Amino acid sequence: MSENILEVNDLVKHYPVTQGVVFKKTVGQVKAVDGVSFSLRAGETLGVVGESGCGKSTLARVLMNLEKPTAGNVVYKGQDISKLSGGALRRLRRQIQLVMQDPYTSLNPRMTVGDLLGEPFEIHPEVAPKGSRRAKVRELLDLVGLNPEHINRYPHQFSGGQRQRIGIARALALRPEIIVCDEPVSALDVSIQAQVMNLLEQLQGEFGLSYVFIAHDLSVVRHLSDRVAVMYLGKIVEIGTEDEIYERPTHPYTQALLSAVPVPDPTQRNNKTIIRLTGDVPSPISPPSGCRFRTRCWKAQDVCAEQVPLLEIRRSSDHPSACHFAEKREIVASHEV
Amino acid sequence: MSDILVSEQSAPGPGGSGRPSGRLLEVDDLRVEFRTRDGVAKVINGVTYHVDAGETLAVLGESGSGKSVTAQTIMGILDTPPGFVTGGQVRFHGKDMLRMSDEERRRIRGEGIAMIFQDALSALNPVFTVGFQIAEQFRFRRGMGRAEAKKRAIDMLDQVKIPNAKDRFNNYPHQFSGGMRQRAMIAMSLALDPEVLIADEPTTALDVTVQAQIMDLLAELQRERQMGLILITHDLGVVADVADRIAVMYAGRIVEEADVYELYAKPAHPYTMGLIDSIPRLDEKGQQLRTIKGLPPNLMNIPPGCPFNPRCPMAQPVCREKVPPLLQVGPARASACHFAEELVNRV
Repeated sequence: MSENILEVNDLVKHYPVTQGVVFKKTVGQVKAVDGVSFSLRAGETLGVVGESGCGKSTLARVLMNLEKPTAGNVVYKGQDISKLSGGALRRLRRQIQLVMQDPYTSLNPRMTVGDLLGEPFEIHPEVAPKGSRRAKVRELLDLVGLNPEHINRYPHQFSGGQRQRIGIARALALRPEIIVCDEPVSALDVSIQAQVMNLLEQLQGEFGLSYVFIAHDLSVVRHLSDRVAVMYLGKIVEIGTEDEIYERPTHPYTQALLSAVPVPDPTQRNNKTIIRLTGDVPSPISPPSGCRFRTRCWKAQDVCAEQVPLLEIRRSSDHPSACHFAEKREIVASHEV
Repeated sequence: MSDILVSEQSAPGPGGSGRPSGRLLEVDDLRVEFRTRDGVAKVINGVTYHVDAGETLAVLGESGSGKSVTAQTIMGILDTPPGFVTGGQVRFHGKDMLRMSDEERRRIRGEGIAMIFQDALSALNPVFTVGFQIAEQFRFRRGMGRAEAKKRAIDMLDQVKIPNAKDRFNNYPHQFSGGMRQRAMIAMSLALDPEVLIADEPTTALDVTVQAQIMDLLAELQRERQMGLILITHDLGVVADVADRIAVMYAGRIVEEADVYELYAKPAHPYTMGLIDSIPRLDEKGQQLRTIKGLPPNLMNIPPGCPFNPRCPMAQPVCREKVPPLLQVGPARASACHFAEELVNRV
């Protein structure tokens, strides 16, 4: 396959937990992202799934260099982007853009669509000379399926799905190579969600974009992704191609996650494998020792509390899995459509 | 004491062991509008559905379809203004609740019909302990003393499988995780043993593994108590797992009603078909998703004829002129489409 466009090496992001007002002291660390490594190939979609609090949005922020990592780095085409600043960082931003979850809060309500989509060109004037910007904005609107005549409207005059299209158009304005999508469809209704997902796929084909697609909905991720990383409490527990993760999951957490997804087919009611996890996700301030999933895992042994399982290819797993007892288990009976 | 009260409650009603064939809860041609500065939004335009004891009715719809407003009207918690009921009835054991006195309605709330909400954190009172909020009902509605109410509340927390219920009794809502808050709210709503439970998007804010736990719990409690359950949701997956019957709403109307198996196997309304086609499925490898074009209508300006006609792939001139009524198209199934017969009879 094609070369790696983005490499993430042992990325760590901790947030301090402080106590006291005048004399602040750090009493702990929220280990939001704790040693994450993966690579993104040109033109592919890497899905990142996990439940709330697993660190997937923090990951997006660090990838975008909106936050500096505590340790580790993000390398874009051989360049460590976590060390960039000033002009170099600004130039890099042209290549990596973000689509945010909530189309209601991520668009400035006082700016017209024309201003919103024109702003990237103000910051990067070299992309489009001044006179051509309005035309560029119209072109963008047309590209994402909005009426170019609506260039003078404000965000509140659009529906949620249309606003998300504006968000996508804004991310596309500078013709980036990578778009990080942080839950881009989770605020949308089903009928609208499908439209936006199709748009993302169509744009990828047209511009050869690479996506890091972060979401909690496993069905959505399967639909769009070439490869998938499953996160739990700041770590990747399993990573592989779409088929490997959905058809041959080897990590107990992935298996539980897959079995919990309701399938919209009542005839499947009684022939589904159901793994019910008990309890809640532990606090990322003091994650369990060893394997972080062991407190909810039915396979947990003593070794799980002592040794952190590495994310590696194991005897019984054809793709990297961070479980001492990784084992294939079919959860979802997949079929082509 | 409590027992006497309970029997007094149930004796005069048509309830008891030999409950007559009459429906438990019926919504009949309900109409609600919201009068705002910008105009009148017709939010509910003639909704009819019912739920019987021990049955799960799923009300499926996208945002703005009126599914939550219908539930609020049933519970009598519609914000007035701006919301006004302009027609129809909500009958509980055959009695129209919309014409009852506040006192009568209050007695039904909790004991007859209870409701749980999507966002447990904002539905629970942050300044009282969870235990207090559950026990409160036993004290005021059942006249129990403090100690006995506490015992019953702990028992309720146990029933919804909150670990260490005794210690958790004194926790405040913020000390609970999202899933536990939802459990606490379920405990609260079931405290007075309601005959109907309305669950408005009970798992939408939760993660999938927790969602599965909560849905299991709801299904189990419903079976035990033989409650009627109205599950309001937009999630076709959750519906497929638990519902007996489904009512699909669009623009303040029921567009299709059917048994869960029939609905998924052969939807009888183009909107339902579109919905089922547009969800990505976990067990299917991706192709282009089929979509429903366009947007749901503005409720201040619902298009004439069938409200779905501007988005419908099958629309004909008649669809722009006549509102299709919700008609029977088979045993226990109805569709509001001019071409429902053809959809049902297709191979």
